[in-house]
Amino acid sequence: MTFVARSLTLDLIRAEVLATGQVVADSVRCVQCGICSYNCPIGLDVRAYVWCSAAIEDSRCLTCGQCIARCPRGVLRFAPTDRSRA
Amino acid sequence: MGLRYVIVGAGVAGIAAAESLRTREPSASVTVVTDDPAGFYSRPGLAYYLSGLIPETQLFPRSPAELRALGLTWVQARADALDPRTHRLTLADGQILAYDKLLLATGARAALPDFPGSDLDGIVTLDSLADTRGIVRRARQGLQAVVVGGGITALEIAEGLNARGCRVHYMLRGARYWANVLDPDESQLVEDHLRATGIILHHHSQIREAIGKRGRLVAVETMTGERIPCELLAVAIGTHPRLDLAQSGRLKLDRGILTDAYLKTSAEDVLAAGDVAQVYNEVTGKATLDTLWATARAHGEAAAATMAGIPTPYRSAVAQNVTLLAGIPTTIIGSVGGGEDADLVAIARGDSETWRMAASAWVVVDPHPVNRLRLMLGEQTLKGALVMGDQTLSRPLQRLIAANADLTPIRQALLADKSAVADLIMSFYAEWEQSHADKR
Repeated sequence: MTFVARSLTLDLIRAEVLATGQVVADSVRCVQCGICSYNCPIGLDVRAYVWCSAAIEDSRCLTCGQCIARCPRGVLRFAPTDRSRA
Repeated sequence: MGLRYVIVGAGVAGIAAAESLRTREPSASVTVVTDDPAGFYSRPGLAYYLSGLIPETQLFPRSPAELRALGLTWVQARADALDPRTHRLTLADGQILAYDKLLLATGARAALPDFPGSDLDGIVTLDSLADTRGIVRRARQGLQAVVVGGGITALEIAEGLNARGCRVHYMLRGARYWANVLDPDESQLVEDHLRATGIILHHHSQIREAIGKRGRLVAVETMTGERIPCELLAVAIGTHPRLDLAQSGRLKLDRGILTDAYLKTSAEDVLAAGDVAQVYNEVTGKATLDTLWATARAHGEAAAATMAGIPTPYRSAVAQNVTLLAGIPTTIIGSVGGGEDADLVAIARGDSETWRMAASAWVVVDPHPVNRLRLMLGEQTLKGALVMGDQTLSRPLQRLIAANADLTPIRQALLADKSAVADLIMSFYAEWEQSHADKR
């Protein structure tokens, strides 16, 4: 039962991130190496968003965090979406 | 007819300029001249290709279709001569290219070694995709390799070769790694990590001669007579701006092509951007070289605006770089070091001369056992910072340094209790960001 409860809490946190967060970029740190795009499980060109200093606004983005974790330069991070801030 | 814009160089400075010109003037003629058959790719990304993190195909930020959509005229050739008086470029095949506005974004090339035997097969530098392909081709399990040099590139090659199973010896001329940017403890941290991955470090070690057999490298001999057998020797002792074309046009040169704050060179209608440009900074009164990707991109965009008739100075941001040093995420911001590095004869890649302009500053170090945080504290503001390991503070510090934020409220506390440095900065930043946001 403990495991189920813990799992449920984690799922809720994840659901909240999925609903209210998006991946944003600090493009000054980026060197367009493409590790982010390479590791995106659904093949989004994350690097192209970073070049334009844009948040990853593609509705297909899973906010799985692969790009954030793999970027060697700390370019990407989760941030609340504008909608959730409002 | 629109103006004829010509850009020499297809690195990030050249491409940023080309894209910016295209946006500003959709019908103008924009020509990019490059002698690199690979075109535009992420030069810093070569390290990740070398270490196997990404395949070669991932290095190209623009697809051929995206480049075609820009409507650029792409000329793959070396530009040999420049005549600013007649506004003409001569290419290696004799073709003449006329321009109205010219941007020189020719980049930098690796400084070459000068010890005997340095022309042997097996001695490599890392400048381009072709160089990296060559290193990848040679690197194989168990191959003995020697790396000499300093800065980020030397480390990237050593780690890349190590990741590909080579037995890597890294030779340092002095007592420690990157002595003019890192402090002794930081160098130690990097060296410990290198050793832990199996790289063999040699301090106070300098090559006297490369030994060959039938034109191929078989060993290096050090000044102390030690002989290290090796089939590959990678040299990363710094870079020199590629000045040949500017020289042919008799442009004013120093270490790079001298430009004013608008990136204009001494010749009319000729601008320079990226690693080749030595740009005058109105605040410091000095002209400096930067070999940073972000700087090169900003140069390209500012130069394009000026070329298109909207004079735009390059707004010098605080020089910063984020990199992995022996696997440790490291952010270097502003003035952090000084002095010389015996391993480099010229500026390394991913480097900024401004990092070594540390004026008198108090050094505050958070003595955390794993992560390192070093602040260069001026009278009121932060002059620079170095963050190794946990990067939580790198963004706040980047903001505070860039904005010249007044740290007087926490200055005494920072100097008094070094173990609380991180917390002090974080809480100060939270308040500062709030008041900053309110003012906007």
